[in-house]
Amino acid sequence: MATVTTPAAGSGTAKGGASGESAKKRRRRRVKGNRATPYLMLLLAVILELLVHLIPMVTGVWMSLRGLTQFYIRNWSAAPFVGLGNFRVVLDFNSPIGANLLHSLGVTAAYSALTVGFCWLFGITAGVLLQRPFRGRGLIRTVFLAPYALPAYAAVITWSFMLQRDTGVVNHVLVDELHLFGSRPFWLIGSNSFVSLVVVSVWRTWPFALLVLTAGLQTIPGELYEAAAMDGAGFMRQLRSITLPMLRPVNQVLLLVLFLWSFNDFNTPYVLFGAAAPHAADLISIHIYQSSFVTWNFGLGSAMSVLLLLFLLVVTAVYLFATSRRRNDA
Amino acid sequence: MREPSWVKVTRVVVLTAFALFTLIPIYVMLTSGLKPLRDVQGPFRWIPSHLTLRPFVDMWHTVPLGRYFINSAIVSSCAMACSVVVAIFAAYAVSRYRFVGRRVFSITVLSTQMFPGILFLLPLFLIYVNINKYTGLQLYATRTGLVVTYLTFSLPFSIWMLVGYFDSIPRGLDESAQVDGAGPLRTLIQVILPTALPGVVAVAVYAFMTAWGEVLFASVMTNDSTRTLAVGLQSYSTYEDVYWNQVMAASLVVSVPVVAGFLALQRHFVAGLTAGAVK
Repeated sequence: MATVTTPAAGSGTAKGGASGESAKKRRRRRVKGNRATPYLMLLLAVILELLVHLIPMVTGVWMSLRGLTQFYIRNWSAAPFVGLGNFRVVLDFNSPIGANLLHSLGVTAAYSALTVGFCWLFGITAGVLLQRPFRGRGLIRTVFLAPYALPAYAAVITWSFMLQRDTGVVNHVLVDELHLFGSRPFWLIGSNSFVSLVVVSVWRTWPFALLVLTAGLQTIPGELYEAAAMDGAGFMRQLRSITLPMLRPVNQVLLLVLFLWSFNDFNTPYVLFGAAAPHAADLISIHIYQSSFVTWNFGLGSAMSVLLLLFLLVVTAVYLFATSRRRNDA
Repeated sequence: MREPSWVKVTRVVVLTAFALFTLIPIYVMLTSGLKPLRDVQGPFRWIPSHLTLRPFVDMWHTVPLGRYFINSAIVSSCAMACSVVVAIFAAYAVSRYRFVGRRVFSITVLSTQMFPGILFLLPLFLIYVNINKYTGLQLYATRTGLVVTYLTFSLPFSIWMLVGYFDSIPRGLDESAQVDGAGPLRTLIQVILPTALPGVVAVAVYAFMTAWGEVLFASVMTNDSTRTLAVGLQSYSTYEDVYWNQVMAASLVVSVPVVAGFLALQRHFVAGLTAGAVK
């Protein structure tokens, strides 16, 4: 996400020394109010971010080092310090807890890769096909964006109705109309539940990719295409040589955001399956939720959360490093 | 410039496929709410055997949907109002002032967006329980607690988008207001806000949508009397016979406010993303 802020944050770092002081004075004459003004304006935002995000994060790390079970909820400071004990339990992949966590991570990685891939593919396809004006373009774009606007639970509940074995539209189409299966498959339990999860997630999320890519496509100057067409470049050639390279900065951010969202997705599996997800669709957020609130073992749940955070930080850092360097080389 | 015909054919075929994928669930939601119960308990049918509005009446009695609706409306409106005000001030500071910590603030706020919600959930739960224990301020299982939580969820994106909007407003406007003797607050309210109104409205709708659709915290941080739609809607399925026609009717009704708002303002979202992201 750092790249997003760079243009806005730009030259905003503090300047020391005499030149900095005089510049400040000049600026103060230009922008009325004293030096405290920006901080006062930020005060509420900072307090809220501290309360809801930063302090809980530190607390989370603290909790992961404690044996915080149900007996200590009301009296949390009395929970015994167990050091890295929780992490040892969670990372022991021979024990059921560790093995399940590893399985959940694998499921989440596959889910995330498929969701990101399909969302981007659908988004870029629709985005490029909607790039030139034609009659009805606005209407189609609006229709495509509708799933993104629906509240997650309303959309996913509708899907869970559609995926019902005996009364759902999915089996009606696949079995009764297309005769693809001999017997009616279950979609919300067993190994098919993973497929259902990915389909629902792509349905909900690809409009966001379309929205961002549309914004990106609008910044590509039309003259580029005109010049390319003059040189005899066809549709595919223009796509490869103009559209995709020009979208690279947008893609860099979009893919990262899609990855983080899908990796942390809680809503889709929770509404689709309830708190107890099928084994094949046991995403990491649901898994941690289960481990924490069903067994009330907050220490173990926090240890898993901290590991998840570390994992996401490492992946994000590596991704930003790799993609930024490639961008500079190119 | 003329397009080759294969591009046109591809466009029609692909866009039709996407439209079907997008619209079938929406069609199911729209029509199933108008079906009698036996239509949704038997094999699926595309056309209702006869149309009825009963599900739209019954859905309010099967579960206390009205109470969930009011809770969601209160929580989302308050979260929206607070979030917009906080975001406007923060974005104005970031856009117009150069101060120590500006970059750190921007990066920290945006990066909170990437952390998994589950990471804050457990500690926040404990913090709210303990705030209550030591100060008597009830945040756990109250609407106030939800408002405080939700408004921070939409803050990062709102601030970022508004910074983009404010940056695109020429500083000359601020300066001429200041020559006329206006302080920073008056400049912001009387000069900047009217110019950035589309962005502010888009951010408001985004904040409302975020609060209206949140599931994870709603499922832990509410009780019977403060439950919101996100959790309430699922209580239909705890009955032995799920009244799917009522569930679909309710889903439709809870979706209308946010979908209408979002689609009406989608242009501003694209404009805001263009201003913020692509620059």
